Amino acid sequence: MKAKHQRLALVIAALVAIVAAGLIAAWTLRNQANYFYLPEQMAATPPAVGQAVRLGGMVRPGSLATEADGVTVNFMVTGNTRDAIPVRYSGILPDLFVEGSGVVAEGSLRADGVFIATNLLAKHDENYVPKELEGMGADRAAKVAADTTIGLAP
Amino acid sequence: MIAEIGLACLWLAAALAVLQMVSGAMALRGAADGAINPMAIYARPAAVVQAGLAVLAFAMLLWAFAITDLSIKLVATNSHSMKPLIYKLTGTWGNHEGSMLLWVGVLALSGGLLAGFERRLPERTMGAALGVQGFVALGFYAFLLFSSNPFERLPVPAVEGVGLNPLLQDIGLAIHPPTLYAGYVGLSVAFSLAMGALLTREVNPAFARVMRPWVLGAWVLLTLGITAGSYWAYYELGWGGWWFWDPVENASLMPWLAATALMHSVSVLAARDALRTWTIMLGVLAFSMSMLGTFLVRSGVLTSVHAFAVDPERGAFILALLGLYIGGAFAIFALRAGAVAEGQRFAVTSREGALVFNNVMLSAILAIVLMGTLYPLLTEAFDVRVSVGPPYFNPASAIFAVPMFVVMAIGPLLRWKADTPARVQFELTLVAAVLIAVIALVSFFGQFPLLPLLGLGLAAALAVAALLPLRGRRLARVPTATWGMVLAHFGVAVSLFGMACEGAFTQERLAAIAPGATEDVGDFAVTLESVTPVAGPNWTAIEARLAVRQGGGEPAILTPQARNFWSPPQATSESALLTRWNGQLYAVIGNQNEDGRWQIRVWWKPFVTFIWYGGMLIALGGLLAIAGRVRVDVRRRKAARLGRARRADLAALGGAAPAPAE
Repeated sequence: MKAKHQRLALVIAALVAIVAAGLIAAWTLRNQANYFYLPEQMAATPPAVGQAVRLGGMVRPGSLATEADGVTVNFMVTGNTRDAIPVRYSGILPDLFVEGSGVVAEGSLRADGVFIATNLLAKHDENYVPKELEGMGADRAAKVAADTTIGLAP
Repeated sequence: MIAEIGLACLWLAAALAVLQMVSGAMALRGAADGAINPMAIYARPAAVVQAGLAVLAFAMLLWAFAITDLSIKLVATNSHSMKPLIYKLTGTWGNHEGSMLLWVGVLALSGGLLAGFERRLPERTMGAALGVQGFVALGFYAFLLFSSNPFERLPVPAVEGVGLNPLLQDIGLAIHPPTLYAGYVGLSVAFSLAMGALLTREVNPAFARVMRPWVLGAWVLLTLGITAGSYWAYYELGWGGWWFWDPVENASLMPWLAATALMHSVSVLAARDALRTWTIMLGVLAFSMSMLGTFLVRSGVLTSVHAFAVDPERGAFILALLGLYIGGAFAIFALRAGAVAEGQRFAVTSREGALVFNNVMLSAILAIVLMGTLYPLLTEAFDVRVSVGPPYFNPASAIFAVPMFVVMAIGPLLRWKADTPARVQFELTLVAAVLIAVIALVSFFGQFPLLPLLGLGLAAALAVAALLPLRGRRLARVPTATWGMVLAHFGVAVSLFGMACEGAFTQERLAAIAPGATEDVGDFAVTLESVTPVAGPNWTAIEARLAVRQGGGEPAILTPQARNFWSPPQATSESALLTRWNGQLYAVIGNQNEDGRWQIRVWWKPFVTFIWYGGMLIALGGLLAIAGRVRVDVRRRKAARLGRARRADLAALGGAAPAPAE
């Protein structure tokens, strides 16, 4: 094999691997990318049970309840419409998580329609406004941006 | 005055960057009789003086932060007179402008070091490389001066500063960003040298030997920076995780992957004169990834603790710079790559073959990480919001990482140029046996996810394989650089072992308990003794006292805190760690329930510390490699000088000069 042919073979091998990586990435992204839902979107077109998604909205006042174990909470998340999604979360709540505040929950839907959150994104600094809450309607987005959630992307 | 001196230094440095660029470009033209163009002699001094000016500018900003000069806008918006001095200083780069000034300072400094100390390359190549370095620096000076001036004055001095994000008030911040930046920017030298060599078609082993210490140095710093960043996120964020596939983490991982590939490829070029264009391509790619990382982190397209300010103008500016440099570099590469002569050939089963394979695997992982990082930005353009996390990154990168680790075990055992598997039959069998035995043993004792299981097997096999190159050699005579390779590869095994153990064996306990109550995690009994309020210089907190008993011994006391900073107002969770040789107990305290119980969350993470020990071993291996290479280089140059002197003596005596040996 001449040097030139060897170089060609190397280039082709590298290209094949990179293209394969690209295809694998594209295919996995289609399945594993974590889509963001507003409550009304989740009510209208729910994601598959068990698929990892994110849910963003407001914690409905009066809906927050702690279970007997002291670490599991249930609450409802509402959006721009009257739809509300029940959320269940076991863990330490973010510091500024209160009723009426905005929240982004990561997790998946259970078969009975309850959203099982594995992580709640919490406000750390008002300078960091989550992009997720931009689509909530101008008045509410402004309110949310001004006085509520998030930041630290996981 | 401080701010004005700093600003003047920056403008002067920018002017010198123009001189360096023009003078460097002149070196390419050459004078009529092939001598060095007289205009080209200014590049080196320009680079050295520019380094001094940029460092001085940074020192001025450091000084302004140290004395909390509140007439400077940057200080007023990011510092506070009541902050401890160390955090005042580290706060200098805890914001957008300051960190960009640090970036530029390191860029100028490495350019100055290159210009001041590197004498081995032909002057034309050196001139071209310095010209490229000046061009890169100029873009970033423009960025600083036109869109993020760190020395901007306030019309009326502020009464008090706003403060620094408390998450950033940590000693981790003192080391993590400067190390990463030095690594990022060290790759700029590799980039400039690669472009210089490409422009002058001087891609050969001598060039590779010049480039190698820069690549190794940048790679060591990146390794340390990523290791420190990972540990910082682990104990500071209070989530118990050590890697989140956060876009900002990926931004540091991508240059590291490219630099790892480049470092191996440049070694092949230095030792065997093969992989010429591939090395150049990786040199361009590595620095492109550094700049992309800077863009992602600093442009505000990401929402994260690292994205200090959201300003579309800055984002557009960095994006334009990025397009100019990366696009320009790849255009020159496409035009010139064909003109670089082919290097030496090699068989598929040879050390070069294995290195090429792993280079390609590293590039594929890089592609996976890059796509996953950019995908959310891309879909957002179409108004679809997604986030990409471990469910994507872990399996997709493992597809390429697993074969890479296998080849990494075998590669160093092969000979250069051509080899047969039969020669290393014993080693192959041993490594395969260890791999299979560990996987079988672990799956016999319990059900574990596939990736940690594979990780455990590969870690054991790799640990054995890493030491095999030493077999049958007199240890005292093994070159330092080889020790570096052995240590770094062993470090990868150690790190992989830590990651796999963390993934497979972590135990977690989350509970709400009253003071006096006890919870069990692993073989530890954790008792909540009391919860008390405490206060620090700029925060108040509630602190839990946890007594941790293992067996019947004396309890160890852990004190996790939930802190509230008052300037700026923000709450953080301070985890408490109990480190044992075989793992860490990780505790955080949460809120108090209405019934008076406190939420606590405790993890037992076996061997989690090995992740960072491994990172340090890898970096140490890199340092040994640099030391070994530099020592050999110094010795070789000394021998060459002595040889020349001896021949000159012989010639003076009138005898026939012997042919040079080296």
